[in-house]
Amino acid sequence: MDWVTDFWIPVIKAIVVVLALLVGGAYMTWGERKLCARFQVRYGPNRAGPFGILQPLADAVKAIFKEEIVPHHVDKAIYLMSPGISFAAVLITFAVIPFGPQIDLLGRQIGLWIGDLQVGLLYLLAIAGLGSYGIVLGGWSSNNKYSLLGALRATAQMISYELPMGLALLSVVVLAGTLNLNRIVDFQGQWPLIVWQPLGFLIFFIAILAESNRSPFDLPETENELISGFMTEYGGIKFALYFIAEYTAMVVNSAIVATLFLGGWKWPAVLSNLHPLAGVALFLAKVLVVLFLYVWVRASCPRVRYDKFMRFCWKFLMPLAWVNLAVTAVIVALI
Amino acid sequence: MLEMAIFSILAVVAVTAGIAVIAQRNVVHSALFLLVHFCCLAGLYILLNAQFLAMTQLIVYAGAVVVLFLFVVMLLGLERARELPDPRRYQWIVGSLLGMLWVAALIWALFPQAAQTAPALTRSDNVRQIGAALLTDFAIPFELTALVLLVAVIGSLVLAKKKLEG
Repeated sequence: MDWVTDFWIPVIKAIVVVLALLVGGAYMTWGERKLCARFQVRYGPNRAGPFGILQPLADAVKAIFKEEIVPHHVDKAIYLMSPGISFAAVLITFAVIPFGPQIDLLGRQIGLWIGDLQVGLLYLLAIAGLGSYGIVLGGWSSNNKYSLLGALRATAQMISYELPMGLALLSVVVLAGTLNLNRIVDFQGQWPLIVWQPLGFLIFFIAILAESNRSPFDLPETENELISGFMTEYGGIKFALYFIAEYTAMVVNSAIVATLFLGGWKWPAVLSNLHPLAGVALFLAKVLVVLFLYVWVRASCPRVRYDKFMRFCWKFLMPLAWVNLAVTAVIVALI
Repeated sequence: MLEMAIFSILAVVAVTAGIAVIAQRNVVHSALFLLVHFCCLAGLYILLNAQFLAMTQLIVYAGAVVVLFLFVVMLLGLERARELPDPRRYQWIVGSLLGMLWVAALIWALFPQAAQTAPALTRSDNVRQIGAALLTDFAIPFELTALVLLVAVIGSLVLAKKKLEG
């Protein structure tokens, strides 16, 4: 076994990616506040540093120095573990996402991805399923009715919206003929999959908004009904961990959308062939576009009612995803 | 060497979590140890190059089944579970008999002439192979399984509907 190629290079890649995700998640909070402010004709944070650029740092310092409160009625071990589970699940999702081509570095071939898994797409689904535990357990262990209701809503929402999400992913698999994310990116050398799967993209984007509890589907934390849902009993750094997990999840989900539907780092091949780093830049640009979509939706849509939201999933989005999959399969079989 | 180390860690954690599932009196803690156990099993599948099986293990068991367990426990409330008498009063006789049978089977499997194991998988695209096998050689069992699942779904709908009307 070659320790450098089999151990140290993946470890270094993983550390770099985790650090990048941490910074990305932190700056997503700033970006969202800034953009939301612009949508409402305000300035947004502009006190800490130029354009408020140091705001995430100030927020982090504030969260760390807050008093650590653990209510006496909670299930302590699970209560302390839950924000960590949420955050860890978000971070490991990125393990299969390719963010660039293979590059030559110091005489070694290094692929700009952490794991080249044959079943990468299933890995994404599996980790998405595990990520819900952070929220469910946080809500349950808080031993508070608002938290519990928030957690129950989160569970129902995540289980329901996983189905249209999986069906939209299946259409991608039918077209690309593989579960490996690197192969899916290769498949999109000429045209990104959104061209063949506009409906699949829409379904997947809606499902991913619901999966990451983003507005207009942030029902597990509706302030007017549930105070703050599953996070009600969390404060200080524990709250900050949930908070940053949510924003890092936005970054990771945008990366998934960019990889599966917008051509990943490869499309347009004319640009990504120029230089390996041009591919990385393309990937980052696409991630930023999807992140902007996230904030745009939040700034323009009011929150939906819970029963309507569930009905929308089961009675509209699911049949639509089935039809989309069936039509895709028939067309692929005929051509 | 690394493989052996990973296997040992996964095996020890899996067995410990498995024991903890039945030793815990708190139902939610039991469910969580079951989750740890499932994750370790998925890790063992990956060591055997069965990546597809590992991911389905995580999606179906860790991602859906344990969440449903937790859902039911949360909806019913743990207090009621505590009022129940210890259900293990008579079970230990049957349990220990079955356990002895299982240990005997394990010992028997250790002899090479008795163990009929499947050939080891290579690091190939085994999703394609599984898909092809399911829809050709095992098409009838596959479709029958789908039918059973459909019956279960319709059955649950019928039960829920009756409750709503009554």
